[in-house]
Amino acid sequence: MAMPTDTSMKTNEMLCVLSGFGGQGVLFAGKVMANAGLLDGRNVSWMPSYGPEMRGGTANCNVSLSDEAIGSPFITKPTALIALNQPSVEKFGPTLVEGGIAIIDTTLAMNADAVELPAGVRRFSFKATQLAEDKGLKGLANIVCLGKLWAETQFADLDVLEAALRKCVPPKHANLLEPNLKALHMGIEL
Amino acid sequence: MADQQISAASEDRVLMKGNEVLAEAAMRAGCRFFFGYPITPQTELAAYMAKKLPKIGGTFLQAESEIAAINMVYGAGAAGARAMTSSSSPGVSLKGEGISYMAGADVPGVIINVERGGPGLGGIQPSQSDYFQATRAMGHGDFFMPVLAPSTVQEMADLIYLAFDLADEYRTPAMILADGMIGQMMEPVTLPPARDPKDLPKKPWATTGTHMEREHNVINSLFLTPQKLEDTNRERFERYKKIEATQQRQELFMCDDADIVLVAFGAASRIARTAVRAARNKGIKAGLLRPITLWPFPTKAIDGIVEGGAKAFMSVELNMGQMVQDVELATRGRVPVSFYGRTGGVLPTPEEILEQIELRASELGINPAKAGE
Amino acid sequence: MATAPKTLPDYQEERIGSQIAADEKIVSARPHALADKVFNFCPGCTHGIVHRLVAEAIDELGIEGKTVGISPVGCSVMNYDFFNCDMIEASHGRAPAVATAVKRVHPENVVFAYQGDGDLASIGTAETVHAATRGEHITVIFINNAIYGMTGGQMAPTSLPNQVTQTSPYGRDVTKVGFPIRMSEMLATLDGPAYIERVACDSTAHIRQAKKAIKKAFENQVNGVGYSFVEVVATCPTNWGMTPQAAFDWLRENMLPYYPLGVYKDVSAEGYSNAYEAAAERAKDCPIAQKKEG
Repeated sequence: MAMPTDTSMKTNEMLCVLSGFGGQGVLFAGKVMANAGLLDGRNVSWMPSYGPEMRGGTANCNVSLSDEAIGSPFITKPTALIALNQPSVEKFGPTLVEGGIAIIDTTLAMNADAVELPAGVRRFSFKATQLAEDKGLKGLANIVCLGKLWAETQFADLDVLEAALRKCVPPKHANLLEPNLKALHMGIEL
Repeated sequence: MADQQISAASEDRVLMKGNEVLAEAAMRAGCRFFFGYPITPQTELAAYMAKKLPKIGGTFLQAESEIAAINMVYGAGAAGARAMTSSSSPGVSLKGEGISYMAGADVPGVIINVERGGPGLGGIQPSQSDYFQATRAMGHGDFFMPVLAPSTVQEMADLIYLAFDLADEYRTPAMILADGMIGQMMEPVTLPPARDPKDLPKKPWATTGTHMEREHNVINSLFLTPQKLEDTNRERFERYKKIEATQQRQELFMCDDADIVLVAFGAASRIARTAVRAARNKGIKAGLLRPITLWPFPTKAIDGIVEGGAKAFMSVELNMGQMVQDVELATRGRVPVSFYGRTGGVLPTPEEILEQIELRASELGINPAKAGE
Repeated sequence: MATAPKTLPDYQEERIGSQIAADEKIVSARPHALADKVFNFCPGCTHGIVHRLVAEAIDELGIEGKTVGISPVGCSVMNYDFFNCDMIEASHGRAPAVATAVKRVHPENVVFAYQGDGDLASIGTAETVHAATRGEHITVIFINNAIYGMTGGQMAPTSLPNQVTQTSPYGRDVTKVGFPIRMSEMLATLDGPAYIERVACDSTAHIRQAKKAIKKAFENQVNGVGYSFVEVVATCPTNWGMTPQAAFDWLRENMLPYYPLGVYKDVSAEGYSNAYEAAAERAKDCPIAQKKEG
């Protein structure tokens, strides 16, 4: 049912669910995205799953970037999905709006293709974890997928996104900045 | 100087979690004493305080219980310091005793409730089911306290700053009634400037030691003579009257010409606002009154809306219907009031609220204007 | 000029100086820290004695101006009127939590909690144990008279086996309600406390010992030695249903064998300068416990 609400598809709005196992960095990738929105001066919200869910192995966050005030930070009809495991595809894939976009890491989501997505959803499936590891970027599938999402949607200017990434890598882990930037570009070029 | 260690210049717009903003803004408001006990979904606040407070000469103490924590706030407040504690619903119930003593002994302090579903152990998802507790019966005895309800991360900062000021000015406990949504989410925020506790107004009533220069100060809520207790309570209620007259706060969204006015605070107000916009798109003149102070309840704003010709109010809450009683009291039967809520940590979607608005409009015979009108 | 005892601080000399003739000699006076108020305690109750001992200690150490006391709920609930220092009335059992915060806010102040057995050992056990184990730099005066006095004589956590009270009318049946708590012994197992002693007020000798203990408990705080706890085995003739003299006899016959007087912990007597040093020694085989803070 198409509803004229904030959760509907608008060109100026990015309502993204990032989901995977704990430790895959979906909260971090979401923070990078939210910070890009912040640097762009847009309205931004980042909402993590919390509680026992966190400890049960799956983690997700909802990132909204909008030119209008954001209502609920919980996204029920995402325009974009980054899914790093099978349960994430199954849980959030069907909630995508028509014409939305799904970035799926099939290294772990091996049966992702079996999940039917709403009409018009652009589906990009690749073995992000495997590809990152092959390039010496172990553990950066999250950022590879973020790069791919950017390549397909340009949700912010690239230099803004890179600046956001720089901001999110804490000074004490400065050595991780270069691999993260590499992973981002690897995703963009996929 | 110690306070310079507080990070982030005040003009910076930063992305922060609501719970962490509560902690950061409290320190900027001059709070140097935090006493708490771990509970989801507010734990980030305590963790942030544990990390930052010692670096600015403050004290973070993990208490043995919620009861001990609130009584430490009582002690620190009695000793003249800006002190706070934070918890979530089940933990706040335990603090009720201490809050009553704070009210009875006129000890300022700030209590944070990042609400979760109840009763009992309930759940851990966002809820507003402690509205009655916060505004009516936070503890035994005749008392109220200012209750502030943030709906954005920015308001987490602004309102905790205000809470400390109100607490000191009126010598009362004050509460921030937030929820798991606002506590857990990140949004851009501009942090308030840092104040040095030394620059805050002096508290000559505080128990700091007589230094043999004055009569002893006594912080006490025991008055065994009925007349004395009545006098004390009446004096406190004079202060409450002043608070009610001067401190009502709310935000009005599209209320000017509204037929149906939604009343919602905190997390629910964010969803309600989306629904109001959607209703407007469908030609229904909906509006939103968002109480920022739950006590004092914004009765003057309700009067204004009633006088402006609104046809109905609908209270939208994350509970089974609590604030709706305040809306009823404030409208005093002049216009009908209805209620829509979800509970247990379930959040309504904007669509289901819109459906309620449409339903109500048709019950009341309000015909949607043509689109674009 | 008055010939006040030399131990009285100057301010006390000023107070009594104007009231006595030149040829009079003061041998005993109300301590300055004790207010000029009539106690509301029953005849034969030892609260009054302990109040005086506390006030004497405060006077002798010259700390009235920086002392903050915490009143409990119980018979001494209104002792905020009896002491001239700043006072805070706490809710039932929470005095150690309140004292903790006051001391944290003003570390230069001397903070004491005055509590009875119901307050300290029943409803406030958690606050008591945790303030002790944190080694809060406070002084706790514990009045153990084996009964709830203010509410009219109910069974206390320290009521003796077979003791008849309003709520143990057939005598405290330990098979059903368990045993009395020996607080001094229990707290002495913790690392936090610096000094724990149990005293009584049933005889001049015992009162003199009680005075020494109470003064030491305050001195320890002034000198940064650590958490100090003095348990006073006390009487409650009214609720024990005895004459004051019989109550003292009962105390000696029944209370003292169950609650032996003496020092249960004293880190300074063991040669340590504070509780932390003593605790570190006790944990010397545990590497992480030896790690020094920054």
